[in-house]
Amino acid sequence: MTASHMTLPSGKTPVYLDYNATAPIRPEVIETVAAVMGEVGNASSVHAFGRLARRRVEDAREALARLVNTRATRIIFTSGGTEANNLALRGAGRSRLMVSAGEHDSVLAVDPEAFQIPLKSCGRVDLEALADAIGEDGSDVLVSVMYANNETGVIQPVREIVELCHSRGALCHCDAVQALGKTPVDAMALETDFLTLSSHKIGGPQGVGALVLGKGIDVLQQQVGGGQERRRRGGTENVAGIAGFGKAAELAFEEVGNETSGNGEQKHNSLAVIRALRDDMEQRVRDIAPNAKVFGQNTERLPNTSSVAMPGVPSDTQLMALDLEGIAVSSGSACSSGKVQASHVMKAMGATDEEAGSVLRFSLGWKSTQEDVDRFVECWSALYERKGDKLHGDVSGDPATEKQVNV
Amino acid sequence: MSDTPVYLDYQATTPTDPRVVDVMLPLFTEEFGNAHSVDHSYGQKAAELVEKARKQVADLIAADPREIIFTSGATEANNLALKGVMAFLAEHPVRGQEKRRVLVSAVEHKCVLEAARTLARQGWDMEILPVDGDGLLDMERLRSALAGGDVALVSVMAVNNETAVVQDLAAIGRLCRDAGAYFHTDAAQAAGKIELDVEAMQIDLMSLSGHKAYGPKGVGALYVRRRPRVRLLPLLDGGGQERGLRSGTLPVPLVAGFGVAAALALVEQEQEQDMFREFKQLLLSRLQDAVPGVLVNGSRKQAVENGVNLRISGVSAPELLRAMPELALSMGSACSSAELEPSYVLRAMGLDEEAALESFRLGMGRFTTREEVERTADVMIAAIRSLRAKAA
Repeated sequence: MTASHMTLPSGKTPVYLDYNATAPIRPEVIETVAAVMGEVGNASSVHAFGRLARRRVEDAREALARLVNTRATRIIFTSGGTEANNLALRGAGRSRLMVSAGEHDSVLAVDPEAFQIPLKSCGRVDLEALADAIGEDGSDVLVSVMYANNETGVIQPVREIVELCHSRGALCHCDAVQALGKTPVDAMALETDFLTLSSHKIGGPQGVGALVLGKGIDVLQQQVGGGQERRRRGGTENVAGIAGFGKAAELAFEEVGNETSGNGEQKHNSLAVIRALRDDMEQRVRDIAPNAKVFGQNTERLPNTSSVAMPGVPSDTQLMALDLEGIAVSSGSACSSGKVQASHVMKAMGATDEEAGSVLRFSLGWKSTQEDVDRFVECWSALYERKGDKLHGDVSGDPATEKQVNV
Repeated sequence: MSDTPVYLDYQATTPTDPRVVDVMLPLFTEEFGNAHSVDHSYGQKAAELVEKARKQVADLIAADPREIIFTSGATEANNLALKGVMAFLAEHPVRGQEKRRVLVSAVEHKCVLEAARTLARQGWDMEILPVDGDGLLDMERLRSALAGGDVALVSVMAVNNETAVVQDLAAIGRLCRDAGAYFHTDAAQAAGKIELDVEAMQIDLMSLSGHKAYGPKGVGALYVRRRPRVRLLPLLDGGGQERGLRSGTLPVPLVAGFGVAAALALVEQEQEQDMFREFKQLLLSRLQDAVPGVLVNGSRKQAVENGVNLRISGVSAPELLRAMPELALSMGSACSSAELEPSYVLRAMGLDEEAALESFRLGMGRFTTREEVERTADVMIAAIRSLRAKAA
């Protein structure tokens, strides 16, 4: 099974290792989307066509509620993660915003003046610094910390952060876009006040996301319109997209429930298989280049993500070389990948400019194969042999032993 | 076949044209990619598809592709137009020009009215422009409102979703341009039905919807004029996509589907209107020949042919609709169709509450057949007769 049917001018088989930018949509999801697109109906119409559309939307809401363990009525469908993040941050009604320094742009850009919670070199947020920033009275504070980082996969101690927030009267938003489907996300147990989810990162269609409200939490509607989504988000529901999201959530539910079970007609990779592929890739890269640095390696991470610095070779050079071989990876978040600038996430973790400027992110998913890993390692290795800096660099490769920054 | 109700609610949403679906489905499997991942070929291919769609949408309204901002739908586009323009103005007031007023017509879609109310709460002077008995904007009122030179933005929808009435966009555009006010039009119901030309009509901002024109749901666009340039601030912050005006990963299959739908509309809209003209004629003459008291709300001349707002004297529309499960119709806008309040659009046209509650809209579309129109007339005639007999 190849990554896609896309053919490259070189005739090479493409290798897709950029699941954190967008995951290929799953075949079962396409079937659902295609079937629902063949139906007509506005979910707000009261006639039979409208009622069918409404059922599609509500079934998906139930499936998503199961995946993140919440009540369906607390889920607001949006056009994607960016809109959900904006809705939470703008609609929470809190004047002091505190965001982790490793957040996605859709969180950081909402308020460039927001207090940035520093990251420790392991990639986790500095809880003491957060506690100090909130102070005794956090009743005007909204804290936003992502569940897992899109570049490093590092998982934040979300439950601890929520407890801290709530003990000071602050609200907590968690962007779980990258974590969803890759590790269990339990809204009830976390007690997050706002939780952002995205469909296309779990093999659902692009153009759909959701915001999950905590118990007793409301949000001030930003996109006003016809009163859809219980007056929290106006606009005709994207019925086919939402139904596809629901299908993807069903598949993800099976997978996060049982690490070793892949499912679906096409035997999607289990999370254990994905983790093994990722670990194999990292191990082989480190064997070839002992001074290559894996960010967040000793911290709890998502099973599919890896950010590796190739000493002495700028990210751009690596990307171009790999792209010529038909290998799709990225140098960070897709939104900003047009801009050539060092990752703010790596820098927040204390990376030097040189390290941050030589990082590649690869991310795997339900369709990744051993062959994909082999091709990547082969090309990475060839490039390292040709251009890599084999003399310098951090031989330990353990960022946790690095100097502490932002503490 | 006859078990399926006749779908006559094309204003609420249209089926996705199979030709659009055909283009979209392979994109889910063959060319996935984040359109913003310029690091690799997948992302570049996705970006090409988006640009092709941008051109197709621009062509439908005679705009430059660089003037098209993709959104999640017309509601977002309307929100972006109204709030975005005024947010920019709040941050960058023009010296010597105190522009504090926003004008919207009384018959706008709820999302425009709601956005305008949000602006009013922010402290802008918001005014509702009246319409006449035909549903047409009171041009004298617009002219006098613009006379002070302090209007920042005027929003008037192109085609009404309940009455099918078409506003005189060129005349409104001329008045706005002369007065130095931006002209925004919600063209969700107009695209694919009437010719839209942002240059000839002097439109500065225009909202479009995918699913109202046989494209997919979850995608729309805002046209933003480049010359003279319209300045606005984004509503969604993030990765800075869509020229910084709309962050968020672009849903490539939806965008591509919208593009194809726009291209089809450009080719087929005129011919379709000819077909609907005949259908509307057929429906009205059958109804009016068979039962008395069948009235049309709104201008007959300045209206699109696919829609009509009917009033059956003495017959409650909610009751009538319930009596005809064979027909999928709605009283008015889908968003509010669960509410049984008389339409504010009809009330703004001067209908009293009783008359408004005797009214409902009917929308035909690309897949409506002559047989369905005939069946619709038969079902309606029978239901009207039976309800009137019961009342008598």
